[in-house]
Amino acid sequence: MKPAVALIAVTAAAIAMATGTVAVGAAAPEDMALVPAGPPAAFFVPGGSGVAAAGADGGASADVPAFLIDRRPVTRRQFAEFLRRRPEWSRSRVAAVLADAHYLEDWASDFDAGARVPPDAPVTRVSWFAANAYCQWRGKELPTVDQWERAAAGGGKDTAATRDRILRWYSQPATEPLGVVGRGAPNAYGVYDLHGLIWEWTLDFNSTLISTESRDPGGKDDPLFCGSGSLSAVDPSDYATFMRYALRNSLRANYTTSRLGFRCAREPDQP
Amino acid sequence: MGGFWDPRAGYDGGHNRPAGEPAKVGQSSHVFNEEDGAAMPGHRRDLPMWIAALMLSFAAVATAAPDQNAVEPTEGEERAVLTDAPMVPPPITRTHATKVVVRLEVVETEMTIAEGVRYTFWTFGGKVPGKFIRIREGDLVEFHLDNHPNNKMPHNIDLHAVTGPGGGAASSLSAPGHSSVFSFKALNPGLYVYHCATAPVAMHVANGMYGLILVEPKDGLPKVDREYYVMQGDLYTKGPNGQPGLQPFSMVKAIDERPEYVVFNGAVGAVAGDKALQARIGETVRLYFGVGGPNLTSSFHVIGEIFDRVWPEGNTSVVSQNVQTTMVPAGGAAIIDFKVEVPGTYILVDHSLTRAFNKGALGMLKVEGGDNKIVYSGKITDEVYQPEGSRIRVTDLPPQAARPALTKKQLLDRGRSVYTTNCAACHQATGHGIPKAFPPLARSDYLNADKVRAIRTVTGGLQGSVTVNGEKYNGVMPAWTLSDEDVAAVLTYVYGSWGNSAKEVSAQEVKTHRAKSSAKASE
Repeated sequence: MKPAVALIAVTAAAIAMATGTVAVGAAAPEDMALVPAGPPAAFFVPGGSGVAAAGADGGASADVPAFLIDRRPVTRRQFAEFLRRRPEWSRSRVAAVLADAHYLEDWASDFDAGARVPPDAPVTRVSWFAANAYCQWRGKELPTVDQWERAAAGGGKDTAATRDRILRWYSQPATEPLGVVGRGAPNAYGVYDLHGLIWEWTLDFNSTLISTESRDPGGKDDPLFCGSGSLSAVDPSDYATFMRYALRNSLRANYTTSRLGFRCAREPDQP
Repeated sequence: MGGFWDPRAGYDGGHNRPAGEPAKVGQSSHVFNEEDGAAMPGHRRDLPMWIAALMLSFAAVATAAPDQNAVEPTEGEERAVLTDAPMVPPPITRTHATKVVVRLEVVETEMTIAEGVRYTFWTFGGKVPGKFIRIREGDLVEFHLDNHPNNKMPHNIDLHAVTGPGGGAASSLSAPGHSSVFSFKALNPGLYVYHCATAPVAMHVANGMYGLILVEPKDGLPKVDREYYVMQGDLYTKGPNGQPGLQPFSMVKAIDERPEYVVFNGAVGAVAGDKALQARIGETVRLYFGVGGPNLTSSFHVIGEIFDRVWPEGNTSVVSQNVQTTMVPAGGAAIIDFKVEVPGTYILVDHSLTRAFNKGALGMLKVEGGDNKIVYSGKITDEVYQPEGSRIRVTDLPPQAARPALTKKQLLDRGRSVYTTNCAACHQATGHGIPKAFPPLARSDYLNADKVRAIRTVTGGLQGSVTVNGEKYNGVMPAWTLSDEDVAAVLTYVYGSWGNSAKEVSAQEVKTHRAKSSAKASE
C-alpha cells in the first residue's frame, strides 16, 4: 500500500462526499476492507442482565450494519501528513485536555516521527481526540467496539491457536520497537494487524465499561467482568477479549500509551 | 520453642498462668467479639461508613475496634518503607495513627523461573512477590499506583486490607503510563494479600501480581529476632517444567489448574542456596507467608521445625501453638513464628509434595551456631518419605523434544538448579547429607566408585542398606522422573562438586544406563 495512492483515494472520496455525488461500482477503496452486515462478536450473553453484547444501547441482537474498515492501522508516516495539515494537533500545540503528557513523546519533533521506529510502523501515543480528528480529516470515523470486534473476529470463530497467538502478544512487555504494518497474513476480511501489533482506539471505547472494577458484583456493568462478570461471558476462557475490554476500560479520551494506535472506518458507499 | 510472650498480644503462652488453670489460647478473640457487639468484622465491611460511625456512638467502646479506627485522627505523614522479598520493613514503633504514602510501580518484565527458563512477569515493584507494605492499624494510607509507560497492559490493585468496593481495584485501574491515587483507612489489623484485579484476573495474578500488606495491631506483634517475607505462587507455562527459553503463559493449563511450577518468591531456588534465609541458633524467626495463587492453596511446612506460634489466616488475635503444617489459602496469609535451636538447613515446602520436589516449592533456612547435640533426623524422615511410599515409585517420563547440547558451564548451571529442586532437601546444599538418614554426596566413595550405578540410582531409585564412607544407611530414595539431560546435568554437577571425582555424565550415557524402571515398579 503506497501512501500516495491512499491519499488520492481518500481525496477522491472526500470530494465525492463534499459534492454530494455518490461513487458507484467498487465496494471498497483499495485501502479499506468491506465487512458485511452480521451479528456482533458475542462476548457477553445478551439478555438476563439486560446489557448488550457490546453496544451501550441494549441492542445486543441487532446486526452490525456493513462497514468499511482500514486494512492497516494508521502509520507514523500517515499521521505526520495529518500533523502538517492540521498543526493544531502537533505535540507542542495540542491542548492538555485533548492529549496527555506522553502524546507523541517518541517523535523527534513536532512533525518528524524520527528514524528510530520505521515510518510504516503504526502511530501510537495518540489520544482518542487526535485519532478521532485524524479519521474525520480522512472523511471517516473511528470504528465502534462492535465494528472493531466484528472485524477482529475475522468472520469466524477464532481457533484456539489464534487465541494463543493473541494471548502471547498480550504477555510480552512493550519494550521492543514496533514493526511495520501489513506484515503477516490478513484475516478473512482482508484486514491486517488486528492482533499482535498494537491496541486500537474505538469510537465508543468507554461506553460499555463504566466501572473500573473488573469483578464488580453490582452496578451498571454487572455482567461485563470477571468474577461475576465471567458468569455472563459467552466464553469465560476468552482471555484475549477480556484484556481488550479491560484496556478500553482503563482509558480516558486524552490518554496515550506506547502500544495504543488506531485505524478508521466508515459506512460503505451506497450503490 | 519460644519462651517469651508479649501479653499485649492477648496470649500468655502458658508461662504466667496459675498452676492448674488451662491456657487461654484464643481468648482475646472472644473478648473482642463480645465487647464489640457488632459480630464479625466481615459484616461490618458491608456497612456504609456513616452507619458504622453511628453504631460506634451507641456501642461500648472496644479496644482497637475497626469502627474506632475509622474515626481515629491521624498525626503527621510519612512515606512507607517498601521491601522486596524476603526482606520485611522494620516494625512500626509509632503509638499513633498517621498518614502513610505508598507508591507502588507496576513493571512488566522478563525474569527467570528456573535455570534457562524465562517468563514475562507482571510485577508490583519489579519483583515477585510485590513489595512488602507495613502500616499500623488506624493509619490513613494514600496509595499511588503507577503503571510504567513501557507496559502494555492496564493494571489495578485490590488490597485485602481495604474496606471498600473492590479493595481499591475500583479506584486504581491505570492505563500504561498513568497513575491512580486513592486512600483508605486501615480498619482491621492483620496480614493481607494484595493483587491485581484487572480482567482476566487469574492471568494477572499468575503472572506475578501479588504481595503482602501487614496492618500491625496497635500494640504491635511480639518482638522476634528475624522477620522474612515468603510467598507462594503457581505458574502456567506453555512448555513443560524445565523446558528452556522464553515461555508464554498457558491459558489452558491455568484454567485446568495444572501449573508447571509452584514456587516461593517467584522462581525455583529464589529462597535457596546463596539466597537462603539466615538465622542463628537461639533466635526466633518470623515468616510472613502468603499465597498469591492464582489457584493452589499451600500446605506450608518447614521440615525439621515446629511452628511455635501461628496466627492463621493472617489474623492477629488468635494464636495457634505447635503447628506442623499450616494451610494457607490462595489469596490468604499466615504469620508464623518459631525458635531455631539446632544448626542446619531447614527446608520450606508446600507439603503437597510433588509441588515441592518436582515443581519448585522449596526454600531453605540456614541456621548457624554450635551443635547442641539434639537428634532431629527422626521426625524429618517420617515427614518427608512416608508420602512417597515404602516402595520405589516410578512415573512415566513425558516425551522431551531434542535440545541442543549444552556447554560444560550450562550443564553445571542446569545441574545446580536440578540439584536444588530435587536433591538438596535430603542431601543438603553442601552435599553432606544428614547423619544416619541421608548419605553424603560430598567425597562419597559410593558415588565416585561407579558412574553407571549413580545413573541407575537417580533414575531407578534405591532401597535397602548401603554403606557410604563407612557409615551404614538403610532408607529409600525415590526414582526421579528427570530427563536424560537433567540427570546428566545433576550428576555432572555432583561429580564436579565437593571434592568428588569430576566425572562428566552425558545424556547419551543416561539414556543407555537408565534403570529399567518397570521391572522394579511391578514388584
